[in-house]
Amino acid sequence: MDSVKHKLIKFRNSKAFTPLLALIFLFIFNFFYIDGFFQIEIKDGRLFGYLIDILNRGAPLMIIAIGMTLVIATEGIDLSVGAVVAIAGAVAASLIGGEMQITPAGEIVYETVTTVPVAVLAALVVAAVFGMWNGFLVSSLKIPAIVATLILMVAGRGVAQLITKGQIITIYYEPYFVIGQGYLLGIPVAIFIVAAVLLIVGLLMRKTALGLFIESIGSNDVASRYIGIKEKQIKFIVYIFSAICAAIAGLIITSNVKAADANNAGLWMELDAILSVVMGGNSLQGGKFSIVSSVIGALVVQTLTTTVYAAGITPEVNLVIKGFVVLIIVILKSDIFKEKLNLLVQRGDRV
Amino acid sequence: MAAAEPIIKMAKIEKSFPGVKALQQVDFELAAGEIHGLMGENGAGKSTLIKVLTGVYKADSGQIFLDGRPIRIKSPEHAQKIGISTVYQEVNLCPNLSVAENIFIGREPIKNGRIDWKKIKNEAETVLDKFDLKIDVDRKLSFYSVAVQQMVAIARALIISAKVIILDEPTASLDTDETNKLFEVMRQLKSEGIAIIYITHFLNNVYEITDRITILRNGELIDTCLTESLPRIELISKMIGKDLEQIKEMENYSKNIGENNKVLLKAEGLASKGNIEAFDLELKEGEVLGLAGLLGAGRTEMVELLFGLNKADQGRIIIDGKEVKLNSPKDAVDYKIALCPENRKEAGLIGNLSVRENIILALQVTRGWFRKLSQARQLEIAQKYIDLINIKTPDTEQLVKNLSGGNQQKVVLARWLAINPDLLILDEPTKGIDIGTKADIQKLVLELASGEGMSVVFISSEIEEVTRISQRVVVLCDRAKIAELTGSEINQKEIMYRIAGGEA
Repeated sequence: MDSVKHKLIKFRNSKAFTPLLALIFLFIFNFFYIDGFFQIEIKDGRLFGYLIDILNRGAPLMIIAIGMTLVIATEGIDLSVGAVVAIAGAVAASLIGGEMQITPAGEIVYETVTTVPVAVLAALVVAAVFGMWNGFLVSSLKIPAIVATLILMVAGRGVAQLITKGQIITIYYEPYFVIGQGYLLGIPVAIFIVAAVLLIVGLLMRKTALGLFIESIGSNDVASRYIGIKEKQIKFIVYIFSAICAAIAGLIITSNVKAADANNAGLWMELDAILSVVMGGNSLQGGKFSIVSSVIGALVVQTLTTTVYAAGITPEVNLVIKGFVVLIIVILKSDIFKEKLNLLVQRGDRV
Repeated sequence: MAAAEPIIKMAKIEKSFPGVKALQQVDFELAAGEIHGLMGENGAGKSTLIKVLTGVYKADSGQIFLDGRPIRIKSPEHAQKIGISTVYQEVNLCPNLSVAENIFIGREPIKNGRIDWKKIKNEAETVLDKFDLKIDVDRKLSFYSVAVQQMVAIARALIISAKVIILDEPTASLDTDETNKLFEVMRQLKSEGIAIIYITHFLNNVYEITDRITILRNGELIDTCLTESLPRIELISKMIGKDLEQIKEMENYSKNIGENNKVLLKAEGLASKGNIEAFDLELKEGEVLGLAGLLGAGRTEMVELLFGLNKADQGRIIIDGKEVKLNSPKDAVDYKIALCPENRKEAGLIGNLSVRENIILALQVTRGWFRKLSQARQLEIAQKYIDLINIKTPDTEQLVKNLSGGNQQKVVLARWLAINPDLLILDEPTKGIDIGTKADIQKLVLELASGEGMSVVFISSEIEEVTRISQRVVVLCDRAKIAELTGSEINQKEIMYRIAGGEA
């Protein structure tokens, strides 16, 4: 009994507790108010349903939240991820190009400038370079992260516009659609991408000492330097990583909508990503972090959005509802509330 | 004094934390116009008692009386309102605000709906005048030394027109002059009828300034006595609850070990402009080298060069006969040099990580990212050092910020011992630490040097401590090495004579 209780207490204090609770509440609400919320059907060997939809649509946010978690763990923040989504999408789309041509025989042919792997790789490399820029400003020039990344947040959209020459580039080349619309074993490819990123980062954090060093820097960067941790190097790396995550999200989004829209791709996503990380119980002051909690946090954000649409509430109200849910979660997470809760539990024990 | 009506009376205070009884049936009385020393080892319950009094914690049971009336203190703000203010060991002011702003923050005088800046400035100057402190109150607080900041913190408490002022280790970062100035201020406050609770580890200070002493040990009240009728040795034995064999034992270590040992590190003409003038230094295996000097004499600056925290702009460092470049702490760590910094909280501890993680961090750094220590190995190492140097913690997973000061220092030490360094640099390792732990650390240093052949550089403001454990002493003054003492030259008188500028 005792060990079960101990585990429960441990779980209650874990980072994943509040976001999971929020997710469960949302699911319960949806069970009553949205018909067939938990139904999953198989059509043409593909899974369909609200749950699959949430995972699929939430994929970009989940990936960005993973990168953002590491940045926030070093006591930083990356406001430029939304802009990097747009840049990566613009790079990939302009390389895939894809003009629709009609051959003399009347056949419709789509031409591309490069192949998909080259476009994908180019997008990732360009994003990494922008990540280096952020990392350089923060780690070497010691500019506060919120200011340093604000620069790219603003300028990045301009860069994306330059790449697309101010146009929305439509993509016609079908192989590229696999990323955002494809299915593998009946499951959307995007979900596999999330799983892969989560797995790689998870392994990197657990099996190497990188996670420990990041937590150490986030908790006390001066002391970390005194221990010999190369805090500059690690900060540099997390910003690159965050940019790459944003680029992957950008690829999924452009593939999904079959176009690169420099103005709107990834717009305000940095805020949703920060929200996901904070909902995941990760402190903005850095230190201990959990990427799984952030991913659950991202799912909460996405479920909220899907719920609003599915429940037929006008989309404009979405933001209000989001704000309200955030308020509740932040209250649940506050120390004062936890103290009160613990007091209640203790009182219960005595009775 | 003791007969006077107590301004504060705490009766049968109990407070428990999960697994620890921090206070058990503690009684405490404070009379108006007295300076009352609160003594005890780290973890004795001094801080908890103060936190109960200032409303940070709620007592599980017991009562507090203010001027004879029972009172429930709800929060630190409430405590301030009824006239109880605290000045903490680590100054908790806002370094980016001006001195005057710091003194008045939260209580700005208002005139015509606006903050009355003129009044703030004038009153700040008046109150600092009391301390004989002529500083520009418009300057940023961070511009001034810790000592000045401490005075500002006290001034802030005074402005609230406190009846009771609690000083938690106020002299830990002050030099003798500054301490004397502080004592003058305390005496003046006393004559004005203000009651002062004074927490410190410095015995001299306690005897100099207090009227009564209350001693706590393991959360229990041991005694409250008049200072003049309590011999020092009795006070110490009451605090640590055992005789002083540990300290005596140390006298048995020879002063001569290390004389003929191999040279480990040699510095030739090493200097860093504005930090420390050129100096030569030889560190031998198995010896303890003491660095003596006043605050700001260049002790910390000297070791910063040896640890790669600062780059030397001339001279060279030779380790094991080869010239090396130390451009970062990482380089130093790779040469098995370790440094426990002076300000433990900012530069030593990773507060939000566990005791285990704090201990294994340096070892992990030497192994790099990829060869991560397994969980089992980490636990084993952490447990080993917890047992070896007797770190008091409920378990390995406790966050290090929850430990007492002395145990935090031991964690930082354990972190470096885990890499088995050739050279261990300790910058004020016993600052603000209770006598028992202090003796533990001194003994450990001697054992490491004589037993393991480690070379130790030991910096301390307590000259007595330096003379007791060093085989060689380097004296610094005004950011320059001015003398090197060996053998019988190592005594307090000689060191002070040198610092004062005397020739040999």
